[in-house]
Amino acid sequence: MKTVVDEMLERPHTGGGVYTAKDFKPNVDVRWCAGCGAISVLSPAQRLMPDLGVSKEKIVYVSGIGCSGRFPYYMDTYGFHSIHGRALAIASGLKIARPDLSVWVVMGDGDNMSIGGNHFIHTCRRNVDLNIMMFNNEVYSLTKGQYSPTSHRGQITKSSPLGALDDPFNPVALALGAGATFVARGHDKDRTQLQHLLKRASEHKGAAFIEIYTNCRIFNDGAFDLYTNADTRENSTIFLEHGKPLVFGKTKNKGIIMDGYTPRVVNLDQGEHSVSDLLIHNEKDSTLAFILANMTYNEDLPRPMGVLQAIDRAPYEQRIVNQIQHEIVTKGEGDLQTLLTGETSWLV
Amino acid sequence: MTKIIEHLEEATIRFAGDSGDGMQLVGTQFSETSGFAGNEVNTFPDYPSEIRAPEGTLYGVSAFQVHFGTKNIHTSGDFIDVLVAMNASSLKVNMKNLKKGGIIIASKDGFDARNLTLAKYESNPLEDGSLKEYEVHAIDIAKEVKSELADLDISSKLIGKTKNIFTLGIAYWLFHRPLEPTVNWINKKFKAKDDVILANVHALRAGWNYAERNPAFQHQYVIDRSQLQPGRYRNITGNEAVALGLVVAARKAKLPLFLGSYPITPATDILHAISGYKKYGVKHLQAEDEIAGICSAIGAAFGGSLAATTTSGPGLSLKTEAMGLAVITELPLIIVDVQRAGPSTGLPTKAEQGDLLMGMFGRHGEAPMPILAASSPSDCFDITMEATRIALKYMTPVLILSDGYIGQASEPWKIPTVASLPEIAPYFATDASQFAPYRRDEKTLRRQWAIPGFEGMEHRIGGLEKEDGSGNVSSDAANHEKMVKLRQEKIDRIAQDIPDAVVEGDQEGDLLMISWGSTYGAAKTAFEQIKAQGQPFSFVHLRYMNPLPKNMAEILGRFQRVLVPELNMGQLQFLLQAKYLKPIIGFHKMLGRPFRSSELEEKIMSLLTQKEILV
Repeated sequence: MKTVVDEMLERPHTGGGVYTAKDFKPNVDVRWCAGCGAISVLSPAQRLMPDLGVSKEKIVYVSGIGCSGRFPYYMDTYGFHSIHGRALAIASGLKIARPDLSVWVVMGDGDNMSIGGNHFIHTCRRNVDLNIMMFNNEVYSLTKGQYSPTSHRGQITKSSPLGALDDPFNPVALALGAGATFVARGHDKDRTQLQHLLKRASEHKGAAFIEIYTNCRIFNDGAFDLYTNADTRENSTIFLEHGKPLVFGKTKNKGIIMDGYTPRVVNLDQGEHSVSDLLIHNEKDSTLAFILANMTYNEDLPRPMGVLQAIDRAPYEQRIVNQIQHEIVTKGEGDLQTLLTGETSWLV
Repeated sequence: MTKIIEHLEEATIRFAGDSGDGMQLVGTQFSETSGFAGNEVNTFPDYPSEIRAPEGTLYGVSAFQVHFGTKNIHTSGDFIDVLVAMNASSLKVNMKNLKKGGIIIASKDGFDARNLTLAKYESNPLEDGSLKEYEVHAIDIAKEVKSELADLDISSKLIGKTKNIFTLGIAYWLFHRPLEPTVNWINKKFKAKDDVILANVHALRAGWNYAERNPAFQHQYVIDRSQLQPGRYRNITGNEAVALGLVVAARKAKLPLFLGSYPITPATDILHAISGYKKYGVKHLQAEDEIAGICSAIGAAFGGSLAATTTSGPGLSLKTEAMGLAVITELPLIIVDVQRAGPSTGLPTKAEQGDLLMGMFGRHGEAPMPILAASSPSDCFDITMEATRIALKYMTPVLILSDGYIGQASEPWKIPTVASLPEIAPYFATDASQFAPYRRDEKTLRRQWAIPGFEGMEHRIGGLEKEDGSGNVSSDAANHEKMVKLRQEKIDRIAQDIPDAVVEGDQEGDLLMISWGSTYGAAKTAFEQIKAQGQPFSFVHLRYMNPLPKNMAEILGRFQRVLVPELNMGQLQFLLQAKYLKPIIGFHKMLGRPFRSSELEEKIMSLLTQKEILV
C-alpha cells in the first residue's frame, strides 16, 4: 500500500538538481577552533556532495556528541545532531525506514569507540548502507581533554596526569573484526585524498567506515604529525591502492613484503628486493585487510592509509525490503481485516 | 450414569504443572472454547522466569488460569474452583488459592516419591487425608491414555505427551464444553502429522469419556451464555493488541510502520508479532540494545515513519536519555512499557504498576510526555490507536503503560471492522516558503514536520536547545525558558482533546475509588459488588495519566474521601495529592499479581464502615 510518505516523495524535484559546493554551505559561522582537523574534513565533504548524483533533500547528516557533533549544522542538508554515542543507531533506523536517502554519520573517537561502541560493531555487522566518518583525535576534546579509547598508553591528559594505563583500540581492525565491508583511513592534512576516500565510501553499498585522523590543536596538538605532515608522512605511512604493490617512502624506495604471515619493510634500492617481490594490495581480500590493519601500531612498519577493504555484501536495509517483497509475492499483500480476525474467532 | 447438572454464574479453573507439561496450551484452548461457547472470559498465564526449570520443583510450576462466566468477568478470578495439578509441586503452590470444597484433578504419576520430595511433602496428600475438604480426583493419567490409545499405531513417547490434553477433556466434561473447537485446532495445528492429530484427539475424548464413565464425577456445571454484543470475537492478549494497534494505526495514518525493539520479558511478544507482519509492509529492527531500539525508532520517525519501541522497566531505564531527545526534537514516537515488578531485574514475569512516576519524571530536565495506560488486554488496541493520534497531532513521544498482567492475559475482543476505525492524520509541512522546523500550530503548538526528501525544507534538529520558530541552535536563556514552557503547554493542552473522566455510581458523596491501568478489572468488579449491596460508593477509572482529564479537580471536589488502589507504593496517589492538594487514601500491593477484587471489597467496606479513616 502506498503511504503518504511514498506519495510526497513522488513529487517531482523542481530545483534542477545541479549543485556546487556552495549549495551545501549554510549561512552559519563554523564554531570549531581555528586549525581544528574537523574543518579540514568539512570542505572535501561539501565539495563531494554535488557529485553524489542525489538531490540535496535526500542527503542526511547524523552526528553524536563531541566536537564532531556540530558537523550537521555546517552542511546544508537534512541533519540530526543526536546524543552521545547513538548516531549510528539513529542513522540505522533512518536508513532502514528510508533506503532512498544518502545517510552520512559523523562521530568522534570517544563517541563511536567508547559510549557508542556497541552500536558501531552492530552497524558494521549488519552492513547498513551508511557512510561513517570517525574523527579520531585520540582525546576527548569537548569535555576539555581526557584520554579516549584511542589514546595511547602513557598519554598524559587531564584524567591521566600520570599517563593513561589503557591500550587503544585500533579502529580499522575493530571495524574489520565487526564485519564492516568497507574500511578506510585518511587524515586532515590531505584533502584531495580525503575527498577521494569519501567518494569511495559513498559509492560503496553497505557500512562504509573511514577513520580520519583529525588534529586537536587545543588538547592533543601534533598527535599525528609524524603521519600527516608533508615532510614525514611519506616515510611513515603507506597509501594502499588496489592491485598495486605496497611501495612507500619519499623516493618510493621502500616496500612491504610478507615474511611468512608477517609484513616486513624492505629497501628497494639495495638490490636485494625489487617491486615484484612486494605484497600487492587487494581490497577484496579480508585476510589481507586484517594484516594491513594490524600494521597500525607497529613502529617498524608504515601506518596504512587508504582503502583497506572493500567487499560486497547485501546491505541490511535492502535485505529487509527483499524479505517484505518476498512475503508479498508469495503470500499476497496482507489484509488488515484478516490480521485482526486472527486464527481463531467466533460469531456471537 | 446420571449426573447432576448445576448452573453457575461464573467459575475459575487453573491448569498447573511443570514448565514442559503444556499447561499454557490447554489453558489457551480452554479459554478459546469458553469464548466460543459464548462466555465472558479472562485469563492469566502465570509462569516462572526459568525456561525449563528442573522438573517437579516448586519454583518450576507453570500455570494458566481461566475465569469465565455469564457476566461481569473483569478479572482472571480471585480464587480457584477447579485445579488441575500435574504434579505434587503444582498442587502445593496453588492450594492457598483453591476454594474450600474445590475440585482437584491430580495426575497420580506426578505424586511419586521423587515428586513428593521435590514438593517438600512428607506424605502423599492424595492419600493422607489432608485434602478431605476438597473433591479430589486422583487419576493415573499415564495409564489411562496408554490404555485408551493402545490400539492405535502411536509411539509411547507421543502418548506420554497427551496427558495435558486428557485433563482438558475432563475440564470440558466438567463445564459441558464442546470438543469441536479444540479438535479443529488440533487438526489445523498438526496438519500432515497424522499420528499427532490422532493421539491428541483421542486423548481429548478419552478425558471426556473418563469423567462421563467414572462415578466419582457426579456434578457437571453449566454456565449460561453471556449477553454479548453480536459480532465476531477472538481472544486477544494485551501484547497482541499493541502489535495490531500499531499496524492499524500506521495504516490509518497512511504511514510506514517501524519498530525498534530489544527482547525483554514481558514485552517481547509484541516484537514477535510485529516481526511476522512483513507482508503488511512493516519494518522492524531487533536492535543490539534497548538504547538502539528507541534510537532507531527516533531515526525512523525523523524519516517519516510511525515509529515505536517496546520494552519493560529495565529497558525503559535505558531509554530515558533518548526519550528526552524525542521530547526536545518533538518527533512522534510510541513507547510501550509493559511494566514488571522492579527495581532492577526484579520479578521479570510478574506485574506491577511501578513505572508511572518514572514516565512522568524519569528524565533529566523538564521533559513532559503524554502517558496513556491500558486497562485491559483488548484496551491495549484502543490505547495504541489513541497514542498514535496524540503523537502525530502534537508531534510528541507518547508513553503507553501496559503491564505483565494485561500484556499476557487474554480476553474475548469484538473484532472491529477496519473501515469503522477512525482515520488518523499526520501533519506534514507542505509549503517550503512557510517552513521553519519549530514554527508552531497555534492551537496544538505542534511544530512543523518535514522529512528528508521534502525539497527546500532542509533543516537540522537535535538535542541542543533550539530557537523557537527558526530551530537554530540557541543558548539564549530567555529562549530556553520559553521553550521549556512551550513544551509543557503543548502537553497540557492535550487535556482539552481527551474525554472527561466518568464517575460511575453516586455522582457525589463520601467515598470515590480511582483506579488506573490494569487495576481496572479488580476495581470494576469490587465496585459492582459493593453497589450490589446498595452501598453509597463511586468509581472512576483513568486511562489518560498525563495530562489527566480536565475535570479531575472538579470530580475530586465532589467527594469527601478518595481511595486509590495501586500495584505500587502510591504513585498515582502521589500525583493526585501533589496536583490537587487533596489527601488520598492509598491501598498498595506489590505481590507480583493483580489485585483480587475481594481484597479491594474488604478495603472499601472497611472505609465505608469507618468514616473516620481519612488517609
